Amino acid sequence: MAKKQYAFYPGCSSQSGASAANFVPSLELVNEKLGIQFNEIPDWNCCGASIGYGEGGELPRLVLNARNLALAEQHLPGQDMVSGCPACWLATRETAERLHEFDSLLAETNEALKEAGLNLKGTVKARHMVEVLIEDVGFDAMKAPVVKPLDTLKIAGYVGCQTNRPFGIAGESFENPQYLDKIIETIGAEPATKYEQKVTCCGGALAFSEPEKAQKQIRDIVESAYDQGADLIVTPCQLCQANVEIYQSEINKKHGTKLNLPVVYYSQLMTVAYGGSAKQAGLGGQLIRAEKLEKIAG
Amino acid sequence: MSDLNTQAVTRYKNNFLKEVEERVEDGHMVKMCMQCGVCAGSCPLGPHWEHSPQKIFMMIRAGKREDVLRSDSMWMCTSCYNCIVRCPRKLPITHIMHGLANYAHRLGLAPKGQPTREIAKLFWDNLVKTGRVNELKFSLAMYFKDGFGQGVKNAMAMQGVGLGLVKAGRLNPMEIIGGHKCKDQSGIQKMVAKAREIEDRRRGLA
Repeated sequence: MAKKQYAFYPGCSSQSGASAANFVPSLELVNEKLGIQFNEIPDWNCCGASIGYGEGGELPRLVLNARNLALAEQHLPGQDMVSGCPACWLATRETAERLHEFDSLLAETNEALKEAGLNLKGTVKARHMVEVLIEDVGFDAMKAPVVKPLDTLKIAGYVGCQTNRPFGIAGESFENPQYLDKIIETIGAEPATKYEQKVTCCGGALAFSEPEKAQKQIRDIVESAYDQGADLIVTPCQLCQANVEIYQSEINKKHGTKLNLPVVYYSQLMTVAYGGSAKQAGLGGQLIRAEKLEKIAG
Repeated sequence: MSDLNTQAVTRYKNNFLKEVEERVEDGHMVKMCMQCGVCAGSCPLGPHWEHSPQKIFMMIRAGKREDVLRSDSMWMCTSCYNCIVRCPRKLPITHIMHGLANYAHRLGLAPKGQPTREIAKLFWDNLVKTGRVNELKFSLAMYFKDGFGQGVKNAMAMQGVGLGLVKAGRLNPMEIIGGHKCKDQSGIQKMVAKAREIEDRRRGLA
């Protein structure tokens, strides 16, 4: 069967040696098993992320994202653009929609894009990896390659903000989306269905600028997962993963707590369930080792 | 910076709503607010806002220009978009808050030393330089933004986390001498500069 082709936008944090360096490697086996082919957009640039607005304003931010869309349109025609990072996806989708809605913004954007030798028609759709899994692959097909069901694990599905709002996944609610729990179930684990911090904000970029305020959020997110008896937290977001994992030790230092709960990506769980090794799943990239998952991986 | 502010005050006199509508991202939606307060109650950092979004919308209509633009409230936005999805009038609240923060920053009215304002600028300058974010240089710039002594202290405090990330392959010390970058850096810089020029012209900031 021919593989489904996508224009892939990895994003800054997913590059080698960056804070989510273990994410993209963990997609390899998943994509192979599910018949997905990622074609990296040549010379893609940063999306501006969630704090780009402070200095960047509106048009410079839109133009950054328009450049990636234009590159995808030119080099990988007919392919949907896919990002695994919610901030990249949100910024790109927002840009695509605004430029589609307002002709004057598209004209201004193209005036700026000309400086980089590019032009955008506006034909590319910006999608999140989770949408590809749910809408293009489907839960049944996601289940088919499972050889090691994760049936000893209870997992808190932490959706966070930007995969969920403002766009979210079609058909899901903003307050209590079900898809991550369904993915957990699909690979044989038990979802912590009463996990109440599912869509709580981790503080985002303010984890750097307002550490106390963000760490209060993170503490709630982790403690609620403990309350539900979860063995680990899974998330579809690079910044959620980093914030919720990295700052547990800081919270412990300041508050005498003993938080030590692993935080992984859905793709890492899927890789292990599909028979991949701990290395293939990028589990070496955890600051808090996911020992139970490593053990299943063997 | 203050020139821009003086020019804005002269131009809009006491009509701050008109100023916001013409110059702030999605500012034309401000008058749609019906003061229900759902945004104020939905913000994860709600208690830390001196003025909630609900209050800011009313203050804009009441012409409280200085109180709004000098406030650090908008800089509390984590971009979680909870307010947007819950607003019964579908106001793009997050975007308006970002727009107000950016406008206050451009006029030089945003609070000096406001940490999110500072890292937002560091982040943008970092990404525009090479087209991609250099996380190591960004982290160091953040630590050292208040001087060398404070920087060493900050870096020492986060040493454990930093070493953990290096060991896990998620922070590369070699990024300091190069790192990931786009090929067409000059095209990106020219494109971003052009976009700013166009937007400034449209907003009357040129």
